[in-house]
Amino acid sequence: MSLASLLVLADGRLPSGGHAHSGGLEAQVSAGRVRDLDAVAGFLRGKLATAGLVAAAFAAASCARPGEWASLDQGLDSRTPSPALRKASRAQGRALLRAARAMWSLPPVGRDLHQPVALGVVAHAGGLGPEEAAVAAAHGTTSGAASAAVRLLGLDPYAVHGLLARLTADCDRIAADAAARAESPVDDLPAAGAPLLDIGAELHATWEVRLFAS
Amino acid sequence: MRARSRVAAESDGRGGTRLAVLRSESPLLLRRTGPHTVHLVGGGAGPLRGDDLRLDISVAPGAALEILSVAAQLALPGQAHLPQSRLEIHATVASGGTLRWWPEPMIAAAGCNHLTVTRVDVAEGGSLLWRDDLVCGRHGEDSGDVRTDTTIRYAGSTLYRHELSVGPHAPGWSGAAVLGDGRAIGTLISAPGAFPATAGPGDFAVMPLAGPGMLATAVAPDIRAVQAALDPLGKPTATLTH
Repeated sequence: MSLASLLVLADGRLPSGGHAHSGGLEAQVSAGRVRDLDAVAGFLRGKLATAGLVAAAFAAASCARPGEWASLDQGLDSRTPSPALRKASRAQGRALLRAARAMWSLPPVGRDLHQPVALGVVAHAGGLGPEEAAVAAAHGTTSGAASAAVRLLGLDPYAVHGLLARLTADCDRIAADAAARAESPVDDLPAAGAPLLDIGAELHATWEVRLFAS
Repeated sequence: MRARSRVAAESDGRGGTRLAVLRSESPLLLRRTGPHTVHLVGGGAGPLRGDDLRLDISVAPGAALEILSVAAQLALPGQAHLPQSRLEIHATVASGGTLRWWPEPMIAAAGCNHLTVTRVDVAEGGSLLWRDDLVCGRHGEDSGDVRTDTTIRYAGSTLYRHELSVGPHAPGWSGAAVLGDGRAIGTLISAPGAFPATAGPGDFAVMPLAGPGMLATAVAPDIRAVQAALDPLGKPTATLTH
């Protein structure tokens, strides 16, 4: 395991298209549900416990058994009822694979993988293990939304990064659990859902003008 | 309390449905109330901590079964030293069979600790409508802990896999990603898909799943708004007659 490889993979400056997505926050800001730092904190905590947990589990599983990318990808399809979120996840997976092909030697995989499955495949190719893939996935589900919060609400970036720092223990715990379950059958992997993320993504997709793709 | 209840519907060979098995143990009491309707009538308060309940449903080719309930289920605390209450529902629908599950809501009373596990397997050519509503706390009350764990398979593939955790031990459940200020949520799954995709008004969306099915979800401050959004998509017309 190379710590430096993990930093390269989890770096927000990796050109994998993440900056175009608010992780569902824009829809909730527009709904009036998120106006201040406390509400961002509640959003991030719930997102990490649901979408973050699932992304970490699938990144770990895909890193542990990259040859099973197709069934893992289908597993995420069944956990993502919103077509807008499936589309956003596949767009980010595609962008990640494109960036990663210039970094490491990837095995043959489908072009349009869900982002967490792509992340696991890429982590494996970069010599990382399931727990590193999972921690990058868990962190990624909150860091994108946090930076979107700064842009959407004009919040203090120091305070928002403080929220991310307070979630690191949860990210580590989720990643350790995900790694421990990396060999589980696909149906047994976590499936924690977040109804307002699903509904918000569908409403957001109907807007004519928006700052973020999702 | 431990209960094992079971209903098996099969074709009567004349276009109707015969209940080959209708066996129930309190508090999961089943009563036939119509040509293809069974009501869960409830036989006591709960589920309470320590309860271990299981309902098995099977629908054979050519049979149609609808399961309703006469009242909401109220998940209650019970004795603190007992394990969480557990309700498992296992259903199979054969090709040419129809199952409509449309019970009244589950209410998570303050202090409860409950798990509902749902496993539904629909063969290709079978038809399913599956409704689940959850209310987080009675009026003016904090929510207890409830987790729902649902898997719906269609034609041998997992169509829908979903868990939802609410209550004081579910991180961020009342944040803007999960339920926000919503204290009621309803879901309706149809497999194969039977209603048109739409989003809004309010926190309501009808979503085409990746496989052959649709999910309608509504989140609202109270159950009435959830029912107003979801009921028009297929509320059963059968009424309790005896």
